Amino acid sequence: MSSQNLTIVQAVRDGLYTEMNLDDEVLVMGEDVGKNGGVFRATEGLWDEFGDDRVIDTPLAESGIVGTAIGMAAMGLKPVPEIQFSGFMYPGFDQIVSHMGRFRNRTRGRYTLPMVLRAPYGGGIRAPESHSESKEMFYAHEAGLKVVIPSTPYDTKGLLISAIRDPDPVIFMEPKLIYRAFRGEVPEDDYTVPIGEAAVRREGTDVSVFTFGAMTRPTLEAVENLEEEGIDAEVVDIRTISPLDRETIVESFKKTGRAVVVHEAPKNGGLGAEITATIQEEALLYQEAPVKRVAGYDVPYPLYALEDYYLPSVARVEEGIREAVNF
Amino acid sequence: MSVLQRDPQDQVRVLDEDGTVVGEVPDIDDETLVEMYRYMRLARHFDTRAVSLQRQGRMGTYPPLSGQEGAQIGSAIALDEQDWMVPSYREHGASLLRGLPLKQTLLYWMGHEKGNEMPEGVNIFPPAVPIASQIPHATGAAWAKKLRGEDDTAVICYFGDGATSEGDFHEGLNFAGVFDTPNVFFCNNNQWAISVPRERQTASETLAQKATAYGIDGVQVDGMDPLAVYSVTKAALDKAKNPGEGEGRPTLIEAVQYRFGAHTTADDPTVYRDDEEVEKWKAKDPIPRLEAFLRETGRIDDEAVEAIEEDVKGRVADAIEAAESDPRPDPSEMFNHAYAERTPEIQAQYEEFEALREKFGDEGFLRE
Repeated sequence: MSSQNLTIVQAVRDGLYTEMNLDDEVLVMGEDVGKNGGVFRATEGLWDEFGDDRVIDTPLAESGIVGTAIGMAAMGLKPVPEIQFSGFMYPGFDQIVSHMGRFRNRTRGRYTLPMVLRAPYGGGIRAPESHSESKEMFYAHEAGLKVVIPSTPYDTKGLLISAIRDPDPVIFMEPKLIYRAFRGEVPEDDYTVPIGEAAVRREGTDVSVFTFGAMTRPTLEAVENLEEEGIDAEVVDIRTISPLDRETIVESFKKTGRAVVVHEAPKNGGLGAEITATIQEEALLYQEAPVKRVAGYDVPYPLYALEDYYLPSVARVEEGIREAVNF
Repeated sequence: MSVLQRDPQDQVRVLDEDGTVVGEVPDIDDETLVEMYRYMRLARHFDTRAVSLQRQGRMGTYPPLSGQEGAQIGSAIALDEQDWMVPSYREHGASLLRGLPLKQTLLYWMGHEKGNEMPEGVNIFPPAVPIASQIPHATGAAWAKKLRGEDDTAVICYFGDGATSEGDFHEGLNFAGVFDTPNVFFCNNNQWAISVPRERQTASETLAQKATAYGIDGVQVDGMDPLAVYSVTKAALDKAKNPGEGEGRPTLIEAVQYRFGAHTTADDPTVYRDDEEVEKWKAKDPIPRLEAFLRETGRIDDEAVEAIEEDVKGRVADAIEAAESDPRPDPSEMFNHAYAERTPEIQAQYEEFEALREKFGDEGFLRE
């Protein structure tokens, strides 16, 4: 299979392109996704390729976008609506929570929603207010939804194709900080990366560091730096926020007995809390130190002059790992 | 008959594209007319400089307003001192006129929270980034004034054509109609919501006619004709405060205009619209129109225009200087305003943060 060297945002586009070619039921809709090719160019060229009926510029109305996608999905189409920034999801939140996650359950499986709601999320790009938050846990809290966050170009295309083929609705959150930060090999043909499986990015024996999305980069950097101090850390990229791959988490933790969770979302009710509880429930007797959470603070995401102080930095991650190791 | 009492498809105009009077000139004193012109020039020059600051990496993403000065200044100048303004994120000109220093606007787009801290006595809500989300706030603010018997106060709310597609537009205007609140809903229809044209937002002939469904008045005005904008806004404000027999307080104004530049500095409009269209609208530029009228009627001459140009350049340069020399916000400020007092958890996080700063310095946080 031939491959290409793509960024994450190019892998999003390639995943959409690949699946739209294979399946006529797949369509893209949202604000500025058509002629403009998306504000991040995630849908570039798709409108030229597939036309107005499959790449649809909608009115500026997120409840309308999510709600009509639900109706389309119930009729058997596979809509992939885009919300321009995850901070603009909230007019559609009622549709997401009251219907998108519950249609299957409410109809005892009679109607299903094979749809994927895509949105760039997260901070670090010097963006205006309301453009930088990480609120993946809002969606993880809703049963019936799957929540996926890739961190490499390869995973992005493979997970996106899995999400489109999944019979259930998926919230696909894209870490825009690393949309163009690096390239990776991405097969030209279709392939899938399974939803619900974490990936061990680096094996280690002293401490397990759990992270996802844009935070995988400072985490891996911190872990490399700590090698000099004789710390051998394992890094697990969670990839699917819900349903959580508890097996991989527990397996890694049983090996190391120490854990650090890194995410940019606020600490309170963040994924770190869920991972910590999982460890408590399933591996208590292996625990050698308190689980350390390196997370966003429990304050509103600051305007960009201070965002570097809010986001977990390499130094903060290093310090968190030291704390867990030296306990 | 009020300027508001007309078919929503019939656009109110006072000046034609050359600045020739084609409608009823509103009753404004000479000084205010010249101020209107000065502020429009100020808004335009500020905008040009702000875009340039962004290009030079001295400011973050910025939403330009060029082309929309007539709508912003023509409407904001009609407000009384006690009135309130609820903006979107593009109302730099209207905010300036209502007392928000340019330095504040610059700081906001430079990523400083201080830019959102309205000075005492400046009756402006902070800019709302999520589209249309400010509209119900404006209805609520006006409703509060009515409930408290402050009948001399009205609230103007700005939003764009794209906002009329959002649920919040419907809910805000519907409440205004039901509770007869003293609101002026000012829609800056600049034709484009990023790349999506007005025709893709609604199948309605006009945006003004949407008012009919809420049982309130709707009027369409040439938004690049500052005198026409003033006329309709003034009439709407007067009606909000003193409705005549059988009249409702709220009004929806659709100000038809064009944004000459990009949606924001992160946008490239050449991808979705052609130069010919832009040139067509540039012929309606509100600044030369008002200038021609003021010159023609003897209110300004070359000397006055030059003095205004100098004044405008100086004020913008001073504001940039002030904003750029403003100290960087202290990082600990992010812990200060989530609640009236820090919760124990926020206090603990603050202390951990300060310990890390002590240990690693700012280099432990700053990227690049």
